[in-house]
Amino acid sequence: MTMKDLSTYAKNTWCPGCGNFAILNSIKTVLAMLNEEGFPLERIVLVSGIGCHAKIVDYINVNSFYAIHGRVVPVATGVKLANPDLKVIGFAGDGDAYGEGLEHLIFAAKRNIDITMIIHNNRVYGLTTGQYTPTSPLGFRGRSTPKGTIELPLNPLELMLASGATFIARGYSHGIELLKRIFKEAITHKGFSFIDVLQVCVTFFNMYEYYNKKVYELEDDDFQNYDGALRKIREWDYNSDAPIALGTFYKKEIPTFEERFLEYETREADRNLKIKEILERAI
Amino acid sequence: MDNFSVLIGGKAGDGIDKAGLIIARILNQLGYRLYIYRDYPSIIRGGHTFSIIRASKNKITTHLNKVDFLLALNQDSVDFHKDRLKDNTSIVYNSDIVKFERLPAGNQSLGLPLGKIIKEENALPVMYNSCIIGGFCKAIGLEWNILERVFKKNIPKEIDLNLRVALRGYNEAREFVKVETLLNKRLPVLTGNEAIALGLIKGGLKAYIAYPMTPSSSILHFLAESADDFSLKVIHPESEIAVILMALGFSYAGERVAVGTSGGGFCLMTEGLSLAGMAELPIVIVVGQRPGPSTGVPTHTAQSDLHFVLNAGQGEFPRFLVSPGDAEEAYFWSCVALNTSWKYQIPSIILADKSLCEGVYSFDIDSIGEMEEENPILWDKKESYKRYLNTETGVSPLSFVPDKEAIIKVDSYAHDEFGITTEEAQEIKSMQDKRLRKSQYLMKELEKYDTVKIYGNKNSSVALICWGSNKGVCVEAAENLGLKVIHPVVLSPFPIKEFQDSLSGVQNLICVENNSTAQLASLINRYGFRVNEKILKYDGRPFSLDELEERLKDLVK
Repeated sequence: MTMKDLSTYAKNTWCPGCGNFAILNSIKTVLAMLNEEGFPLERIVLVSGIGCHAKIVDYINVNSFYAIHGRVVPVATGVKLANPDLKVIGFAGDGDAYGEGLEHLIFAAKRNIDITMIIHNNRVYGLTTGQYTPTSPLGFRGRSTPKGTIELPLNPLELMLASGATFIARGYSHGIELLKRIFKEAITHKGFSFIDVLQVCVTFFNMYEYYNKKVYELEDDDFQNYDGALRKIREWDYNSDAPIALGTFYKKEIPTFEERFLEYETREADRNLKIKEILERAI
Repeated sequence: MDNFSVLIGGKAGDGIDKAGLIIARILNQLGYRLYIYRDYPSIIRGGHTFSIIRASKNKITTHLNKVDFLLALNQDSVDFHKDRLKDNTSIVYNSDIVKFERLPAGNQSLGLPLGKIIKEENALPVMYNSCIIGGFCKAIGLEWNILERVFKKNIPKEIDLNLRVALRGYNEAREFVKVETLLNKRLPVLTGNEAIALGLIKGGLKAYIAYPMTPSSSILHFLAESADDFSLKVIHPESEIAVILMALGFSYAGERVAVGTSGGGFCLMTEGLSLAGMAELPIVIVVGQRPGPSTGVPTHTAQSDLHFVLNAGQGEFPRFLVSPGDAEEAYFWSCVALNTSWKYQIPSIILADKSLCEGVYSFDIDSIGEMEEENPILWDKKESYKRYLNTETGVSPLSFVPDKEAIIKVDSYAHDEFGITTEEAQEIKSMQDKRLRKSQYLMKELEKYDTVKIYGNKNSSVALICWGSNKGVCVEAAENLGLKVIHPVVLSPFPIKEFQDSLSGVQNLICVENNSTAQLASLINRYGFRVNEKILKYDGRPFSLDELEERLKDLVK
């Protein structure tokens, strides 16, 4: 499987320099790697929401569900529960995942459903031409907040840790090697994996220069240490002028939601027999 | 006596619901056909709650206001129902609480000191029911062993104690009137929701996803209990939005799935409904109506969401909408709805209401036509796979993940045949035509079913037109008054021709609906048909037979 085989005929319509290209290229590389290692690509399902990020499923030649705004997580959850042999990878924007669909993200973490969520966090609404999002810094001047936002951003990593996510990482669209490593690790992790990617929107919120000055890579650490992870996660709150750590913050293996669903095989004869039994009990 | 009604009343938390079911199942042993109307407030403890158990020789699916037996656990159960009593209504009451002097004069009555008996037997207050049922059974001349048998089958906990308490009631009572034993076959006695659930199972249901909401919650409870028997995945997620989106994930992966809710939850599902329409994902949605707007009256009934479910969701896409009239139809059409969704890759809505969902019926499976799980149209692997292949019927052959030879892309955005997003004008139009075309073929297929049912005096020029749970009350009233009944079961795609045929010879068309704006009347008006009169009820209560007959008498001379 080559990168070319993973492409479709869809014309790419992202802006030149868009941070989404890094995510697209990384995920394609990781899918090709997984395939080489023996994981059949037909068992991959990609799910996206609505926004610039969502077009990613059109650009990758594997199974996909181009869903609606904010609802990537429940769709991915349904696909996984229907068939736990599938690897389900969700892509969502920050408006999608932290705004419209926040409740689902929290519940997926709480359940520890074995899916991977990659958040294209550009901290601005791109496709609707530049409004603030839940992770825009205080005072962000967007088209709906011309005088600047008057609310603090939320720290999605902290929220995910508190909600029970068992894999938490942050990537950056200017660091493709790290992205590949994190994606691979997240997809192979058994449990709910969450990756916030600082994905720069060159048109509406170009943060490249700023991020380049601030980011650093985490050293290998004790990934299972909740308190340690929390401290690291709190180092930068998406608002203050602090160093921005990239890499894996937290990783833990506990039973997943879908493995608690037992598999049965019922034959038609059994089904009719059971219906009959239920009816007899009701006489 | 072979057609009578029993009202049992108490306060919420007394177990009136279960007691009503046990009384019905006792009468079932005598060969009666049963129907229970349940009336309760949205309160966990306290408040007045009652059930009217109606028993008849023939199939019935409606209640009467006038009752023949009143079983009163408290004073409210007497005071609130004086209008329902006849001169010869027999009363069994809790003499610890209910004041004899406040009983209507002239009715024969029997007081049982329930509190005293419970105390002497070291029993629990919730067993008041068992005691009064014991008294009732003696009052109708029932043999003790029938009660014993039904109790053993229906009461999982403390059966000996319950029987002891019932026996005290039985022994302290006396026979008022002998209820005959009939030759009818004994039938299962179950709720409309159970019939819906069993119909879905019959149709091959693999997953049921729901957020609790009256009156559909008991489908969730029943299927969760039955999950092991049928290999079902039953999930209760964070919201109705999650419910329908998760369900569409199941659908994409090829698992037959249904969801259930009421109007308020359906509001949240509409974005998912529209997604199902665009992405062509099969899904069955059970909507149990209750009065709105908004919270409305949570535990009561209405038929006010017909136009909502018909029109919900942005954009235009075909949907199958069926509104069953009783338990047998609920079973049959739930199976058909699942099959239809999968054959046409469209959403199906089963539109019920509290009366049907929570009403209790004698269920005659032998009266229902044969039906089985039917396969969807599957990809034959001859040409490379296109999820949205534009075919003559509009139906694209299905394949499900994982398929080594197919890449399966579904899309909420306008898309081409492969499932890749497009904004190209020609493509948008041709795919919209493809989706709409399915409706025509579905309509043709539906001709094999009775989509518009006719009952009563088929030659009468006066016809009642009703939908959903009003079938029972209309049919019985029409039979008594010599009228015709027209009951369209499928409401989308609307069976215009069958409906037109059903009107043959009708000069006076009277709609009977549980809403304030005559929604079925305005639906048929869209197709050029007019009703002459409207009988509407929108106080949260269903029509009773006596009430409807009374209102009809003014219109039909």
